[in-house]
Amino acid sequence: MPSDPARVRSRRQKAASQIATQENTMKDTDIKRLLYTNLLCIFSIFLSVFIPSFLLDNFSVLETHLTWLCTCSAFVAAVNLLLYVIVKPNLSSKRSSLSHKVTRVLKCCIYFLMSCFFLHVIFVLYGAPLIELVLETFLFAVILSTFTTVPCLCLLGPNLRAWLRVFSRNGVTSIWENSLQITTISSFIGAWLGAFPIPLDWERPWQVWPISCTLGATFGYMAGLAISPLWIYWNRKQLTYKNN
Amino acid sequence: MLSGPPRDSVGLWAPGWAGAPRRTNRRDRPRGKSSGSDCRRSPPLRSSGARALARHAGRLLAGQWYPVSGRPAQRRATMRLGSGAFAACCVAIEVIGVAIFIRGFFPAPVRSSASSEHGAETPAPEPVAGASSNWTKLPSPLFSKVVIVLIDALRDDFVFGSKGVKYMPYTTYLVEKGASHSFVAEAKPPTVTMPRIKALMTGSVPGFVDVIRNLNSPVLLEDNVLRQAKAAGKRIIFYGDETWVKLFPKHFVEYDGTTSFFVSDYTEVDNNVTRHLDKVLKRGDWDVLILHYLGLDHIGHISGPNSPLIGHKLNEMDSVLMKIHTSLLSKERESLLPSLLVLCGDHGMSETGSHGASSTEEVSTPLILISSAFERKPGDIRHPKHVQQTDLAATLAIGLGLPIPKDSVGSLLLPVIEGKPMREQLRFLHLNTLQLSKLLQENVPAYEKDPGFEQFKMAERLHGNWVKLHLEENHSDILLGLGTKVLRQYLGALKTLSLSLSTQVAHYDMYSMVVGTVVVLEVLTLFLLSTPHVLCRKAELDVPLLSPVFSLLFYLIFLVLSAIHVLVCTSSESSCYLCGLPWLAAASVMLLISALLCAILSALIRMVIDSTLLTKNAALPSSGWSEVNLLLLLGTVGHVLSLGASSFVEEEHQTWYFLVNTLCLALIQESCRSCLLGDEYEPHRHFQVEQGCVDILACSLQDSTSCSTPNPDRAGKRVSLSEAQGSCRWWTVLASPWLVLICCRLLRSLNQTGVQGAHRPDISHWLTSSDHKVELSGLAALSLVLVFLLVQRGCSLVSKVALALGLLGVFCYRAAIGVVLFPWQPYNKGISKVTPTTLPPSTFQRALWA
Repeated sequence: MPSDPARVRSRRQKAASQIATQENTMKDTDIKRLLYTNLLCIFSIFLSVFIPSFLLDNFSVLETHLTWLCTCSAFVAAVNLLLYVIVKPNLSSKRSSLSHKVTRVLKCCIYFLMSCFFLHVIFVLYGAPLIELVLETFLFAVILSTFTTVPCLCLLGPNLRAWLRVFSRNGVTSIWENSLQITTISSFIGAWLGAFPIPLDWERPWQVWPISCTLGATFGYMAGLAISPLWIYWNRKQLTYKNN
Repeated sequence: MLSGPPRDSVGLWAPGWAGAPRRTNRRDRPRGKSSGSDCRRSPPLRSSGARALARHAGRLLAGQWYPVSGRPAQRRATMRLGSGAFAACCVAIEVIGVAIFIRGFFPAPVRSSASSEHGAETPAPEPVAGASSNWTKLPSPLFSKVVIVLIDALRDDFVFGSKGVKYMPYTTYLVEKGASHSFVAEAKPPTVTMPRIKALMTGSVPGFVDVIRNLNSPVLLEDNVLRQAKAAGKRIIFYGDETWVKLFPKHFVEYDGTTSFFVSDYTEVDNNVTRHLDKVLKRGDWDVLILHYLGLDHIGHISGPNSPLIGHKLNEMDSVLMKIHTSLLSKERESLLPSLLVLCGDHGMSETGSHGASSTEEVSTPLILISSAFERKPGDIRHPKHVQQTDLAATLAIGLGLPIPKDSVGSLLLPVIEGKPMREQLRFLHLNTLQLSKLLQENVPAYEKDPGFEQFKMAERLHGNWVKLHLEENHSDILLGLGTKVLRQYLGALKTLSLSLSTQVAHYDMYSMVVGTVVVLEVLTLFLLSTPHVLCRKAELDVPLLSPVFSLLFYLIFLVLSAIHVLVCTSSESSCYLCGLPWLAAASVMLLISALLCAILSALIRMVIDSTLLTKNAALPSSGWSEVNLLLLLGTVGHVLSLGASSFVEEEHQTWYFLVNTLCLALIQESCRSCLLGDEYEPHRHFQVEQGCVDILACSLQDSTSCSTPNPDRAGKRVSLSEAQGSCRWWTVLASPWLVLICCRLLRSLNQTGVQGAHRPDISHWLTSSDHKVELSGLAALSLVLVFLLVQRGCSLVSKVALALGLLGVFCYRAAIGVVLFPWQPYNKGISKVTPTTLPPSTFQRALWA
C-alpha cells in the first residue's frame, strides 16, 4: 500500500530543512572565513603604512609616495598569495602535474603584467601625462591591478572567461566570487572618484597625480573588503549560488 | 542611416526602429471604426479599477486619449500639432518666461521721471515758517576750480596703508596733516570702470545691465554733474580713459582720450595724460579738469596688487598730485575762492589683480578732497570715514554751485561744508534732502510711510522755524544749538533716504522671478514629456490645448493663481513688475501658467496609462536599468550639479572628458561582455544601449495589430544588408569606443585649457610656433584633403570642383598671411617672419608706437 502521503510530505520537508540548515551553517562558516581573510587584507595595508616608517627615515605616505606604493602593493599581493595557499577557497581545482602548475604560475605573471600595462593605457587615455610621470602612472597601475587582478588570479586562475562570468550579472557561484566582485568594483570606483579633486584649485599636497587616485583606490579596496562580508551576511537569505 | 519616410520630419530617428514593420499611428485611423481593432487595448483598461480611475482622470483633464467609444466632440477638443509647430510654441513661451524672469532679476534702476532736458528748473527756496524766503537762488559755488584725479583701480590701502606711506609721501602728508578730508568710498558692484564713472558723475547706482554695455559705452543720458556744469557755462577739460569721451561727448572744451585696450602697456597710457598737465595748469582758463589714469589698473591686470610695478606707479601718481596741488595753491592767490583737488579711484583691485566683483578689496577706494578751505589745526587727526562713492556727485554739485543731479542717491559729504555759516549749511542739506525725497516719491509708491521721508518733513519744519528765528536777527547761542539740532535731523533723514533708495536698486523682484521660473520649468517639463511622442508618432502630437480650457481643473488653477496674484500685489510693499502690468496682461500670464500645468498633468496621465499598458501588453526585451543607462543619468545629473561649484566650473572640460571616457569604458565593457560571452548572458545588449530606452518605449507603443503595408522590397534589402554587415558590425561596435577614447586624449593634448592647464605646452602651441611651420603646413594640407575626400562623396562634378577650389583657396589664404608654407616655398629658420596674428599684444603695440 502506498504510505501515508502526509507522512511522506513531512519527511521530505524535514530532509529539505536539514539540507537547508546544513547549507546555512556552511554559509555562516564561509562568511566567517571570508571576514577573517578580508580583515587580514586590511591589516596588511595598515602594516604597509607603519612598518616602513620604522625602517626608513622620513617615510610618509604623501611625500615618499612611490615607496609606499611599492610596499603597499607588495604587502597586499603577499597576503593575497598567502591566503590563497592557506585557505584555498577554490577547492574544485584538480590535481595536476608540476609542469602544468608552472605554466599556470607563468601565465598568472603574464596576466598581471598585461593588466598593469592595460591600466596604464587606460590612465593615459583618461588624461594622465604621456611622457612625464611615467613611473608614477605605472606604479598606480601596479597597485590598482594588485587590488583587482591579483585576487582574481588567485581565485579564478588565468581564465578570462571565468573572469567575465564573475563580473556579469548573476554570474557569481560562491561567496568568494561575490566578495571578489565587490572589492574589485569598489577599488575601481575609489580610483575613479579619486581623480575628481585633481584639477580643482584647492592646492593640497594630495591633489598631485597620482596620489589622490591611489588613495582613492586604496580606500575603495578597504571599503570593499569591509563591506563585502557584511553585505553577504545581510543578504544571505537571498543569495543562491548555482553550483554551490 | 537609410533614408526615412519622406513625410517624417524627424527622419533621423525613424530608421532606428524602422527595422520593425511600420505601423501607423492609432490616431491616424478614423475613430468610428476603431472599436474592433482596439479591443486588445480596451480589456485591460476595463479590468482594473485603478486604471479606469486614471482613465477618467485623463478624460476629465485632457479629453479623450483612449477611445472607448467614438466621441467626436471630445476628439475635436485636442489639437494636432506638427513637431515643428510644437517646438516653436515651446520656444516662444520659453522666451516669455525668461523675459519675465530677467525683468525681475535685473532691478529697474532708480530714475527720476522728469526729463533732464529742461534743466532750467527753479531751485527749491529756503523753507521759512509762515513766509517765503528771499533766498530762492542756488547758493554760490564753494570752489572756483575743481581738479579730479581719478586713478583706475586705486585701492584704499594703496593710499592709507603701508604702501601709501612708502610710495606716496606727499599724499600721505596731505592726508595726515594737510588741508584735506579723506574718506574710504565704497563702490557698488559691478566694479567695472564705466558704471563707476557713471556713479561718480550721476550719483546713481547703475544696474548689472551696465556691465554688458561697458565696452561700447553709449552716451550718458541721465542728469549728471558734467551736464549741469556745462549748462552753467563751466569749461571742462578731460584727459584719460576714452570711456569718458564716449559718455560725455561735446561736454569737454578739450580732451585727449587714451584707450584701455592694450592692457600690457602701463607707461605710455599715463604719459599720454601727464604730458598735457604743465600746459593746462599754466593756462588756467578752465573750471573743471578731469584726469583718468589707467596705468595702475593695467599693472593690476598684468601682475597683481603685490607687484613691484605698483610702487613705481604710485610714486608717479604722487608726483602728479604734488604738481597739481602746488600749481593750484599758487594760482589760488589770484582768485577769491579756493580750489578743490579730488583724488579718487573708480574701483579697487582683488588679490589677483582683477575687479568686477564685490569683495572688500574691490569695492574700497580712497576719496581725498584737498582744498585750502579745509584748514585744520595741528592736533586735528581725521581718520578716513566710510562713505558711498555716489556721495561725490552731490558734493561736487554743491561745491560748484550746481543743482544736484536728479538721479543721485548720494548724500552730501558734510566735512566739505563744515566751515560755512549755519544758514548755508542747512540750505545745502535741505537741497540734498529735497532731491532725495523727490526721487523717493517717484520710485516708491508708499513713500509717505518711509521713515526717511517722515524725518525729512520734520527737519524741513524745524528748518523753517530756525530760519524765521534767524531772520529776526536773533544771533544767540540758542540759535546755534537749534541749528545743530536741525542739522542732525537733516543728516538722519539723508542717511535713511539714501539707504532706502540704494536698497530699492538692489532689490530683486521675487514675484516676477518665480513666475518666470514656473513658466520656463513648465515648458521644459512639457517638452520632456512629449519628446518620446514627438519622436515616435510620426512627428505629430496631439496637444490638449482646447479641452483643458473647458475642464474643471483648469479653472480651479486659474482661480487659485489669480487669488495669489491679487494677494501678492496688495500685500507687497515694494514694486512688482507683474503687479504694474495691466490686469489683462497679468491674467493672460496666469492663463498661460494654468494651461501649461493642465497640459503637463494630462501628458503625465497619458504616460502613466501608456506605461501600464506597456507592462501588460508588450513583452519587453529587458526591463530595468542597465549600467550604461544608470551612468548616463548619474553623469548628467552630476555634471549639472558640479556646475554649482566655481572650482568645477573653471575646469569644466576636465569633467566632460572624464565623463565621456567613463561612458566609453562602460560601452566597451558592455560590448565586450556581449561579444565574448555570446548570447547566453546578455543577448544583443549593445543594440539596446545604442537605441536607448526611448526607442524601447517608442517601439512598443506602436500598435501591433494595425499594419500598414510595409515596402517589401525595402525590407528585404535591409535584412540582406544587415546580414552582410553582421561580421563587420562587431568590429565597429568593439573598436569605436576605443577610437573615441583616443580622439578625446588627442583633443586634450591638442589644446590645454582651464585655469590650471592653460599655460602647459600643448600640440597647438608646438604647431603654431614659428619653428614648426613645415609640420603645420603638412597637417593643414592633409586635413584639407581629408575634408575633400569625406565631403565629395555625394556631390556632383561641378560641386566637387567648387569644393576643391574653395579648399585650395583656404590654404592659399593661410599661406598668404604667412601661417603656412607652400611646398615650393623655401623655409629658412633664420628669418622669422612676424605676422600680426602671432605677435603678442605688447610687441604689437610697441611696433605701433615706434
